[in-house]
Amino acid sequence: MKIETLAALQEARTKRRAVTLATRLSDAAEGLIYRDATAGELGGNAEIVAAAHRAMEIGRSETLDIGGQKVFLNVYVPPPRLVIVGAVHIAQTLAPMATMLEFDVTVVDPRGAWATSARFPGVKVIKEWADEAFQEMGLDVSTAVVTLTHDPKLDDPALESALKSEAFYIGALGSRKTHAKRKERLAEVGITEEMFARVQGPVGLNIGAKSPAEIAVSILGQIIEVRARRLGALAAPKVVAA
Amino acid sequence: MSDALEVLDQVGKWKEAGKGVAVATVIVTWGSSPRPVGSQLGVDDSGAMVGSVSGGCIEGAVVKEALDAIKDGKPRLLDFGVSDEQAWDVGLACGGKVQVFVEKVN
Repeated sequence: MKIETLAALQEARTKRRAVTLATRLSDAAEGLIYRDATAGELGGNAEIVAAAHRAMEIGRSETLDIGGQKVFLNVYVPPPRLVIVGAVHIAQTLAPMATMLEFDVTVVDPRGAWATSARFPGVKVIKEWADEAFQEMGLDVSTAVVTLTHDPKLDDPALESALKSEAFYIGALGSRKTHAKRKERLAEVGITEEMFARVQGPVGLNIGAKSPAEIAVSILGQIIEVRARRLGALAAPKVVAA
Repeated sequence: MSDALEVLDQVGKWKEAGKGVAVATVIVTWGSSPRPVGSQLGVDDSGAMVGSVSGGCIEGAVVKEALDAIKDGKPRLLDFGVSDEQAWDVGLACGGKVQVFVEKVN
């Protein structure tokens, strides 16, 4: 490995940019393949670039035979991120639990009395409207978004913005009735039924969760499940009884 | 993932300090190997390690090869079969096989 390659991998992480390092095993020749750019000797090989894009898509590192040569594709995707909209009571339990699961956690709430570091020690707290905060942070394929405010004026713009992003998980707290009304309101701003289907609502796995901690477990369980399925770690889709 | 980046950070620090460094990476696994593909072990020229490529059963052999790679600069491809019996001996109920690529950091 070249020291410049190592620096590029570290920079990609800081910028939350997905990258695949291709290494030819016979001579350790390298190439860096990003979604929209390439670098290094192997970065000029179309077959390797195409294979690297596929590997990044499913987030899986693997060794392939390309043109009679063994090439190892090591995928470096940014760590998963959880963005919690609403610095509410449930968020105070959800944030530390998600941190334990190695999520990079951010809490977003424009209301100053709620969005304080004292209420969320050790977690990034952004005191802004969610849609504005999302634009700055950029919701990528390794980001999960959960809205918890119950307030349409805070939740709706957040969901609208999240649905236009690549976020792998979008969940919204609220009953079936609340969720149906939410769908109607978002339809008015151009969110089709098909787009809205990405929103997990009522949020979380159906485990009879009642307390904030139980609800946090049900939400995180669902995020883990969706993520594992996306990464191909869960073979067959499970049918969840209604 | 976070493990792999921790390895790269330490490798970077070793290089900055002027040490010879090699990186070993799990590139293929068969069966229930203890660490997934992409897992890395960084080794400096004194034999210090960061990260892991197994639950501890093959690190010794990998470090030896890494030290050789630091000396001669040549990449290496290592095959390890972890039999259930061996695995049990070192306290790992893993089994499986792994292939590890070792290269010097230039």
